[in-house]
Amino acid sequence: MAFVLLQVFSLYMLFKYNRLHHAAFLGVANEITGRMNTQVDKLDDYFHQGEENHRLHHMNDSLLNLLKSNFSIPDSSQKIVVDSAMIDSVKQFRKYIWREAKVVYNTVTSEKNYLQLNRGSKYGIQDNMAVLNSDGAVVGQVVNVSPNFSEVMSLLHVQSSVSAALKKTGDAGKLEWDGKDPRFVQLKGISKSVEVKVGDTVVTSQYSYNFPPDKLIGRVAAITSDPATGFYLLKIKTAVNFNTIQQVFVVENLQREEQLQLEKDTEKKVEQQKKGK
Amino acid sequence: MSDLVKNIFRLFIFIVVQVYVLDKLPPLHRFVIPILYYLFILWLPFTLNRLSLLLIGFVTGLTLDYFTQTPGLHAAACVLIAYVRPFIISILIPKDTTEFNYREPSPRAMGWAPYSVYVFILTVLHHTYLTLLEWLQFGTFLDFIIKVFSTTGISLLLIFTVELLFPRKVRFRTNTA
Repeated sequence: MAFVLLQVFSLYMLFKYNRLHHAAFLGVANEITGRMNTQVDKLDDYFHQGEENHRLHHMNDSLLNLLKSNFSIPDSSQKIVVDSAMIDSVKQFRKYIWREAKVVYNTVTSEKNYLQLNRGSKYGIQDNMAVLNSDGAVVGQVVNVSPNFSEVMSLLHVQSSVSAALKKTGDAGKLEWDGKDPRFVQLKGISKSVEVKVGDTVVTSQYSYNFPPDKLIGRVAAITSDPATGFYLLKIKTAVNFNTIQQVFVVENLQREEQLQLEKDTEKKVEQQKKGK
Repeated sequence: MSDLVKNIFRLFIFIVVQVYVLDKLPPLHRFVIPILYYLFILWLPFTLNRLSLLLIGFVTGLTLDYFTQTPGLHAAACVLIAYVRPFIISILIPKDTTEFNYREPSPRAMGWAPYSVYVFILTVLHHTYLTLLEWLQFGTFLDFIIKVFSTTGISLLLIFTVELLFPRKVRFRTNTA
């Protein structure tokens, strides 16, 4: 009797989690596993310091190159220009906020790989935020948060689906993982009329609510075509080495709510118009 | 050390080894996944009654599940082997001798042959059920079969290595102890 009860309870938890990424006591458990993972990760850090340092240096280098002081500005002060624009077109607004975080636990061996980060809802992390590594390449997205830690579904998760595009042509498709090799993911839904070559860069598309556009995902490693659908089935070598992720950025789309609301409202409006006819 | 303290300590070690060593190893192949933590359930004392066995199995599985973010997956498999364990033991060894002489299953308590059969049956059960639950959500039937065989193979290898490397001191249960 107790056997049946415990079985039913575990299966209920499992299937509920697979659909919604929520389970009983997960918040508390996350805090505990998070603390332990943080301690183990401190030790683990020593083995990757050289590589991480190199990456950081490289990133600093690319940022320093963007500094204003590297560019001489043409002297335009002698010219009288009448600004006729009513709207200040130079004013910018912020769409994405980047927050740094540290990976405390990570696997690549399972079919459903998650990462645990040392930042949670206290730091403003929420579900569905994008996670990029220290080079700015895509790692995954947040699926669950507790006050101090958050869980990230990595690209190496059979339920993961990310909108991606070819950088050269801008054609968008869906990025998924077949659960086999942690070095490669699959890009589906690119029409055969598009010219694709091995080595082409794949980036995040403009159409994602979660991911900032034009962030590196990987490069095309092999091209096959899916005979059933008339689309390409592209094998993508990921830019991120999932074995050694240490520092990541969690990116929040500040307009996500508005975008989703607009989509919902539009659907409702169309639905009502249909009924009205 | 009392049985309780010893087993809490053991559970901790098994979970830590599984989560921080075996799950982090670069995989030989995607089918060959080393799983060892359930040896904890195999090593539990003979004297435990069925209900506490089931509960301990459930807690063991769930602890690992919270680390690997698969709530319920290992718990279900552990409850299954915790349930089957007493039947296997009662078939493999005559009740009146060994159960009174030794505290827990080990090659020395049961003899290598019966102990191997005991480990083999529970390993196959555990992995079949675990892989079945994963397979229900993803993968092909061939994947399922190969994965059961390969994970069973690597687990058995690990278990026998552990048994040879860390022979447990098995005390006779006497009236004075």
